[in-house]
Amino acid sequence: MGGKAMINTKKITIKNLNVFAGKTQILKDINIEIPENKITVIMGPSGCGKTTLLKCMNRLTDLYPELKVTGDIRINGNNILKAGEDIYELRQNMGLLSQRPYPLPMNIYNNVAYALKLRGIRKKREIQKMVVHYLQQATLWDEVKHRLREPASRLSIGQQQRLCLARGLAVDPGIILADEPTSALDPISSQYIEQKFVELKNDYTIVLVTHILRQAKRIADYVVFIYLGEVIEQGTVQEVFENPKMEKTKQYLSGTFN
Amino acid sequence: MKPGRKIEEKIFRGLMIFSTYFILAILAIIIYTIFHKGMKSLTWAMLTQIPKGGYYYGKEGGILNAILGSLYLAIGATCLAFLIGLPVALYMNVFLVRHKKVVAFIRFLLDLVWGIPSIVYGAFGFSMMIFFGLQTSLLAGILTVTMFIIPIMIRSMDEILRTVPTGLMEASYSLGSNKSETAFRIFTRQASSGIITAILLSFGRAIGDAASVLFTAGYTDNLPNSLLEPVATLPLSIFFQLSSPVPAVQDRAYASALVLTVIILVVSLFSRGLGKRYHNTKINF
Amino acid sequence: MIVSLMIVSLLPFFLFLGLYLKSFLLLHDYHLGNLLFSKEWKPGIGKFGFYPFIVGSIWVTLLAMLISAPICLLSAIHVTQFTKKHVLRIMHPAIDILAGIPSVVYGLWGILVIVPFISRYLGPFFGVQTMGYSILAAAFVLAIMIIPFILNILIEIFRTIPIALKESSLALGATEWQTVKHVLVKKALPGIIAAFGFGLARAFGETMAVLMVVGNVVKLPHSVFDPGYTLPALIANNYGEMLSIPKYDSALMFAALVLLGVSLFFNLIMHFFIIRFNKY
Repeated sequence: MGGKAMINTKKITIKNLNVFAGKTQILKDINIEIPENKITVIMGPSGCGKTTLLKCMNRLTDLYPELKVTGDIRINGNNILKAGEDIYELRQNMGLLSQRPYPLPMNIYNNVAYALKLRGIRKKREIQKMVVHYLQQATLWDEVKHRLREPASRLSIGQQQRLCLARGLAVDPGIILADEPTSALDPISSQYIEQKFVELKNDYTIVLVTHILRQAKRIADYVVFIYLGEVIEQGTVQEVFENPKMEKTKQYLSGTFN
Repeated sequence: MKPGRKIEEKIFRGLMIFSTYFILAILAIIIYTIFHKGMKSLTWAMLTQIPKGGYYYGKEGGILNAILGSLYLAIGATCLAFLIGLPVALYMNVFLVRHKKVVAFIRFLLDLVWGIPSIVYGAFGFSMMIFFGLQTSLLAGILTVTMFIIPIMIRSMDEILRTVPTGLMEASYSLGSNKSETAFRIFTRQASSGIITAILLSFGRAIGDAASVLFTAGYTDNLPNSLLEPVATLPLSIFFQLSSPVPAVQDRAYASALVLTVIILVVSLFSRGLGKRYHNTKINF
Repeated sequence: MIVSLMIVSLLPFFLFLGLYLKSFLLLHDYHLGNLLFSKEWKPGIGKFGFYPFIVGSIWVTLLAMLISAPICLLSAIHVTQFTKKHVLRIMHPAIDILAGIPSVVYGLWGILVIVPFISRYLGPFFGVQTMGYSILAAAFVLAIMIIPFILNILIEIFRTIPIALKESSLALGATEWQTVKHVLVKKALPGIIAAFGFGLARAFGETMAVLMVVGNVVKLPHSVFDPGYTLPALIANNYGEMLSIPKYDSALMFAALVLLGVSLFFNLIMHFFIIRFNKY
């Protein structure tokens, strides 16, 4: 893969996005274009607004009435911040992986089946088939096929995160949003997830938030560097990592940052 | 979304809003009833006189005996419970900090005791009185109510003390003070307003309960002169006046209920005001 | 410190022992099953059947829970999931005040409002002639008394569920209500059961308010409009004469012992549910 195929179709276009919490501004005039079927990594020190940016994309910001969101986020051309958008359909178009896995309080099977039912699939046999399919996609099937009726909370954290991935894929999204999905995991589980992302990008557009530079370097196609709620620099992984233009980016990448 | 699901969602949303407003409405109705009925017959004389001859048939007098009796009893019991409770709460949070299981077990025991109905304490207190040959008296009342409010006192203080950061403890150790000094100085200063909240909460409980003092404190029309004499209490005074067939006396019961409710409201508002400092809301992202 | 701690820790055992010793006289002469299930209550001729009081207590308590539990659950979900923070800010003091109002005042309010409401409107509506002093009146007053208690626990329970769990369900495209129904309530279930259990234990032991509106008639109730009698009311009503009739005091102490046992039992079980909730 080279630079030439890099910037093709834009899946998500963010324009003039501002987010306020009371009087403090969390995100300042964000403009990003996220390419389709690529891994876009949003990186920056913790507390810079990365998570909020992610939550804007699937409107989880609605849960926090103290947040005021203005601007434009276009997915396939529709501005999702507009009132009247069907947020349930919108969210089904995006799978979410959070910092820690939050399996639903049900057994392993139902964790995936819940997502399928939300998608409107009712037939039992069809659900059965698809649960197997998505568990396989998340490379979890072999580990859980004998214990599908156990509570999901009994899985290890790494397994739980893959279950959450299977659950997220089961709503058949076009986009995967991942918020530091490996931060609570052991190195081997982290590797699993990273590999999975690289495989999945052929079919999905992936937005990954991370503060681990090496992870960004390993799997990113496109990189956005955010600092204190502002986009400092964005570009292909080669551009940003090998030839950063901004002083702040250079400092951040060399680790001389405070 | 299917229409059936939408209707279900609407119905439950409606029920939820109804439930919340129902609770608030009931509270409003109770407060209104108490004030409306009580204000009518509340007079200055009622607050400043003791019952005179024939009071319970509608003659002159007031409920000063019960007001003072309740205050004596509640203050006595609160002080006693505080004296026993504070060391326990401190012991749990300073000396036993490292023994998490022991502390958890004590909390568990206290929560069990908290759940015991006050009438059981009343019956127990009564059987103890008989055992020791005591008469119904202020003292017996205080002792019984103390038993009843001790778990409340300790657990409320405990909840506050738990939140005092351990870093503070370590800073104090490193300055060379010994454990007891640390406990009493730092902890109490840090948690003082929380402790006052615990005291007020216990006091409110003590002054409002009738079932525990029914057997033990007795009832009298006179002002209490010594610990060994029976004493009147507001809840019982309300109860007895209400049992009278004379409407005028029943009206006085309403006024007495107003007095008791106001005392408790004031206490409760005070403790809320003090407790507020601990409820700071933060947004985490 | 240690002495205080010992006294406090041993309190439940003292309570149990004291009451047991006092009711020993009765337990020695009568069969336990007989005491609990005999219907005849004639202390004057030595007949102590607690069955009517136990049944009365159970009716009143269960009915109170039936009214209180759904209201508390719905309201707790409403204020923790569907409203802005300021509603909680109104709700907390309201709960405090409801919890602070003394039992006697609740009883008085019941006499002023609930009893006439039942005798004038509710009874005739169902074609029943009633004085108003009834199982239903007691249950209604009791239901309101335990609201602050249950609601407080429920709000705490729902607030400890991490918001990220809610987010994970919403992110799948679930609606708020689907999330509540399938995820949050399921997650909170042990806690919800515990809250109801604590409320139940509390209701079972409530004395004054119930005594004032329940009617105090020693008789097995046939409908909720019938008057009844409860165990705590039995103790409270008869303390005056208990020393004049043989074994009467022992019988009342036995009633207290039963109350203590029920209270400890329920609280014990519910604590295990709370522990389960915290574990998840």
